[in-house]
Amino acid sequence: MSRRFTPKVVTANRLREGDVVYLTADDRWTLVHGEAELIEDEAHAQLRLLHANAQGRLIVGAYLADAKPGPNGPEPTHFREEFRTRGPSNYHHGKQADLDHV
Amino acid sequence: MYDYTDFDERFVRERVAQFSQQVERRLDGSLTEEEFRPLRLMNGLYLQLHAYMLRVAIPYGTLNAAKMRQLAMIGARWDKGYGHWTTRQNIQFNWPKLPDVPAILTALADVGMHAIQTSGNTVRNVTADHFAGAAADEIADPRAYAELLRQWSTDHPEFQFLPRKFKIAITGAVHDRAVIRAHDIGLQVVKNERGETGFRVLVGGGLGRTPLIGMVVRDFLPEADLLPYVEAVLSVYNVLGRRDNKYKARIKITLHETGKEEITRLIEERFEELRPLFGGADQALLEDIRDAFAPPAFRNAPVTAFDDFYKSDPVFRAWADTNLAAHKNDQYAIVTISVKEQGKTPGDMTSAQMELVADLAEKFGHDDIRISHEQNVILPHIHKGDLPALHAALVQGGIATANVGLISDIIACPGMDYCALATARSIPVAQEIAVRFKELDLEHEIGPLKIKISGCINACGHHHVGHIGILGLDRAGVENYQITLGGSGAEDAHIGDKTGPGFAYDQVVPAVERIVRAYLAERDGPGESFLDAFRRLGMEPFKAALYETGDAKDAA
Ligand code: HEM
Ligand code: SF4
Repeated sequence: MSRRFTPKVVTANRLREGDVVYLTADDRWTLVHGEAELIEDEAHAQLRLLHANAQGRLIVGAYLADAKPGPNGPEPTHFREEFRTRGPSNYHHGKQADLDHV
Repeated sequence: MYDYTDFDERFVRERVAQFSQQVERRLDGSLTEEEFRPLRLMNGLYLQLHAYMLRVAIPYGTLNAAKMRQLAMIGARWDKGYGHWTTRQNIQFNWPKLPDVPAILTALADVGMHAIQTSGNTVRNVTADHFAGAAADEIADPRAYAELLRQWSTDHPEFQFLPRKFKIAITGAVHDRAVIRAHDIGLQVVKNERGETGFRVLVGGGLGRTPLIGMVVRDFLPEADLLPYVEAVLSVYNVLGRRDNKYKARIKITLHETGKEEITRLIEERFEELRPLFGGADQALLEDIRDAFAPPAFRNAPVTAFDDFYKSDPVFRAWADTNLAAHKNDQYAIVTISVKEQGKTPGDMTSAQMELVADLAEKFGHDDIRISHEQNVILPHIHKGDLPALHAALVQGGIATANVGLISDIIACPGMDYCALATARSIPVAQEIAVRFKELDLEHEIGPLKIKISGCINACGHHHVGHIGILGLDRAGVENYQITLGGSGAEDAHIGDKTGPGFAYDQVVPAVERIVRAYLAERDGPGESFLDAFRRLGMEPFKAALYETGDAKDAA
């Protein structure tokens, strides 16, 4: 049995601030995981990663992270990616604070 | 305090200027990340999970008020109002923005500080006993040697591309507060039978995925031979160290693969070649450096205020019992300011608290401040008569927690709350353990107990040498914590033993509680510390408490 492709999102850190961002279907970088493009096909995933890697003036360290569909868009599946959607757990710092004001 | 020479000043300023241009070229797209990454790492700038992190060296853990105020300013202006003291006597800023980093490095250079060689395969910040120059049990202040090593290793052309990072620690006392046995080179100042000063030299200690205690390669190295000998060690390592596999690249592996006898022979051979080349200039330099570490002008005054408060004020007494250490001048004490308030992040200090420490160091402490590898701040020279006033000021500033050396004085690495390499969180585990034992009001009854937590196998939180060590792992997508017992980072250094299967995140605090309760039940009276009891009893009673009495599913 061939392994099924686990859906992915493209994620990276913003070059200037370091914030965690996700690539949207319309080629924006968003802070919100739910706005990311959920990629269900391996070949498309590689293309999107290439596209991301060409944006070195905006972002750093793009990679594909496992995700799954949810009611409000893609959701992370691993706890590391879940922490990356928010920020640290010891202070209300990072995106969890920044997104309060959006 | 040692002041930078003109050479240091010029070198640091040039590096800041270079790096400022590199940042600009990265931002305008002329440098790719692949090109920029090694450059930023050379200047202590990492990219973490949620932001950049700047690591700033605090050579041998020594600061003065001016430096501390500048760190406070940097935290307030470019970070989120705080900084994090680390186990390698560095400070890490967790939220700098890339365009601001040149300004931060300039502000550091203004007070003779920098982030050079805090990353990369170089000789890292030389760490020292944080009680250096003050401890009653010290043979000599190790910081003059540490400074000599710092000057020699900074920008040393031969040692910028070692097989792997290289860490040196030094102590001037028999009681090892600097964890010298877990460093690539550990140095202990000793006297020989003729009363001459020299060093016991250990090589090949280290933690990480292959934890090893350093081996003694020289029982007595004469003082004058320090640099040629250390250079010989590095030069042998530079040739033999493995560059094909970064997990096998540290000198500890070289030592084990080559064998102690052979490596000692090679070091001694190289040392004979190098020794004549040093020609005494290093010793002249050492004499100059030594002057900068002369003891302060100690005051001779009554200590009655201390005795009175100690008798009458229980809060002061509790603090004095845990947070003071014996000074070589018996009118003085060494004060450890705990940065481990129960429930707070171990090692995080706000800019306002840093300002307060700077003020107190000037007012009471001969302008001397230390950062310990245990992530606390030390005022090494406080006249006992000033302790009540100092304590009152610390209470006001919220940094008078009386828990040094106790179960809530936990070392924790940043773990998955910040670190990109982490496999699990460590900070919240530390917070919850500390809060739990405070609620139980058991800390003081338990007595000396060192818990150390790392969020991955790299062991930045020294978990292997914790009396109780906790290592956070990722087991099939879930945080899981392995516990070790009986480790020690002191002169009786030892790598802790695993208890057995790991524990889920929410089972770590109950597990630690069962270990501690087993200790309290089995100990030979309050005089027998946790570590002593473990050594007498062995693992069995603790294993039983962890895995047999508890609900079996706790130990998933
Ligand atoms: C957050 C960014 C950090 C990164 C990327 C990082 C990376 C690493 C790595 C890769 C190792 C393993 C080295 C080896 O075994 O060859 C290591 C070891 C170590 N690090 Fe960190 N670390 C970080 C933070 C810290 C902090 C915050 C501390 C102090 C609290 C620290 C202190 C140490 C120590 C003491 C060791 C183990 C001793 C040894 O080198 O054998 N590091 N670190
Ligand atoms: S031990 Fe691991 S998780 Fe902790 S700081 Fe070091 S590299 Fe990061």
